[in-house]
Amino acid sequence: MSGLPNYHALKVDAAKCIGCTHCMKACPTEAIRVIDGLAVIDHERCVDCGQCHRSCPTRAFYVEQDDLAKIKAFKYRVILFPSIMIGQFPEKYNETQIYSGLKKVGFTHVFEVEQPIQLLIDSVNEYLRNEENPKPAISTYCPAVVRLIQGRYPSLSENLILRKAPHDLAAHFAIERLLLEGAQRDEIGLFYATPCIAKIASVKSPVGERESIVDGIVNMNHLYNEVMKVISEVEVEDNSVQRQNLSEEGILWSLTRGESRHFGSRSIAIDGIHNVVRFLERLENDQVKGVDFLELRACDQSCAGGILLTGNRFLTVEKLERRAKRYPSAKDISESTIRVNIEELKQKLVIDSISPKPLFIFGKDRVKAMDKMTRAQRIVCSLPGIDCGACGAPNCHALAEDMVNRKAKMSDCIFLQQMWEDEGKITAGKAHLNVQKKWGTDRFKADCNKRGRRNEGF
Amino acid sequence: MKLTFSIQGGDFTHAGHPSSEVKKVLKQLDIDGKTIKNIVIALYEAEVNVVAHAWMGTVSVDIEENKITIWVTDEGPGIADIELAMQAGFSTASKEVREMGFGAGMGLPNMKKNTDELQIESEVGIGTKVKMVNYFS
Repeated sequence: MSGLPNYHALKVDAAKCIGCTHCMKACPTEAIRVIDGLAVIDHERCVDCGQCHRSCPTRAFYVEQDDLAKIKAFKYRVILFPSIMIGQFPEKYNETQIYSGLKKVGFTHVFEVEQPIQLLIDSVNEYLRNEENPKPAISTYCPAVVRLIQGRYPSLSENLILRKAPHDLAAHFAIERLLLEGAQRDEIGLFYATPCIAKIASVKSPVGERESIVDGIVNMNHLYNEVMKVISEVEVEDNSVQRQNLSEEGILWSLTRGESRHFGSRSIAIDGIHNVVRFLERLENDQVKGVDFLELRACDQSCAGGILLTGNRFLTVEKLERRAKRYPSAKDISESTIRVNIEELKQKLVIDSISPKPLFIFGKDRVKAMDKMTRAQRIVCSLPGIDCGACGAPNCHALAEDMVNRKAKMSDCIFLQQMWEDEGKITAGKAHLNVQKKWGTDRFKADCNKRGRRNEGF
Repeated sequence: MKLTFSIQGGDFTHAGHPSSEVKKVLKQLDIDGKTIKNIVIALYEAEVNVVAHAWMGTVSVDIEENKITIWVTDEGPGIADIELAMQAGFSTASKEVREMGFGAGMGLPNMKKNTDELQIESEVGIGTKVKMVNYFS
């Protein structure tokens, strides 16, 4: 599968969206506007963090995925998934039953992605030892954070660690292992079960790579439902040999502090996209001193809080921590168990470069840009400053910027309209029509079953 | 384009607001990251100086096509010997301020290092006026 430029899996269902503005306010890159009563995502700005999906009370956001039937085309059908998937299943199923369930769904080989994790630990440590690489080094584990940095903090792009994520490690590892078993490369189909939208985008259009090696992506909650249909209630035959390379460190990797515990003498782990934003602001201002390593994750509780998961994030964390205790340390897994050429595999983890892609530029011509910004500043003075969102922009400042970029009109602000009405500049009828045009007639109808009411999203 | 901010002496919690705002504007103008960083560091140091030593101050920013000029003016104790204050490590900060992690005597030297032009005028008992200029590449 070739890398698609700027692929986004997130879509808005026009039949469900009521233009309620929750998503617009939650977006960390101000990528959403409400236009004609519907949320519209600016794909240039979107970093795939999934905050909109999470905040939507009507579940209007949906995520594209590949058809599971695509696996039938391959002789060797591999499912790659992060360990957190195991934490989704009810306690009564053990991992042997879950592995066996995945095979019943149609896969021939089951690989948790965080293996052999010691390779990645060594590779990142090698990177950190190089004095030339800027500090603090920032993990590239979370693809939403990588895109956020490229777009909103472009000058920090050089701090990103040029190493791939566990799903790439496992994909290469799985291929090498199957080749050893006698498979041909084109007989191997790799599917990745994702806990989040950002991983979909990063697999379909990888940052810093030419193409993706994965053949298909399936949403974790979808795969969970498929497995639950066929999972065996009774004890199945032992398949623990497939988890020989799985370690305590690997299982904990996708949780908060999963990476930072291994790296640097001073490291920080931050989860939740808005926490990450606040910290990056400080870092960009050079107000963070002496830190070597940063683990930044878009979701609260890291991948256990991924939006495509079924289970409660805190229960998932607890289950994984318990599971990890039963596994050996990554250092104790011998190279003979790994079997593939470790140096070659390590080479495949290296990324050439990650370039900045600034998102908030007001145009290339500096004089014109300054003129626009000055006008936007003046407009802000006339806006109410309460960021109500009734104009369809996330805050008054964003509206002013949209206005000077000809994406919005003065009359989009209901406060200005109200004032103009009072001053006799427009008629009440015209003002009402303006709002109706923005939000549709439905918003004015009395409806006791209105969707998106309070509590509906909980 | 012009921007102005006010700073409250002693308010360490909110030090950094003007420099963050100026940074946002410069990023929107596509100024290169290194220049922005220099400006932000210099302005932050100036802000912290006002917070740590003075009673109140203002930040005025003027951005033109090829340069940015920042004036940080305060009402405060003033600097008795500017040359001495420019030396790395020289500090008159109080014990309390140092305990908060400020006042290491690097403020003015850092401002000098990160600006293309730096002018300081000060009158003891009245206040200090700092002018910083950075040119865009």
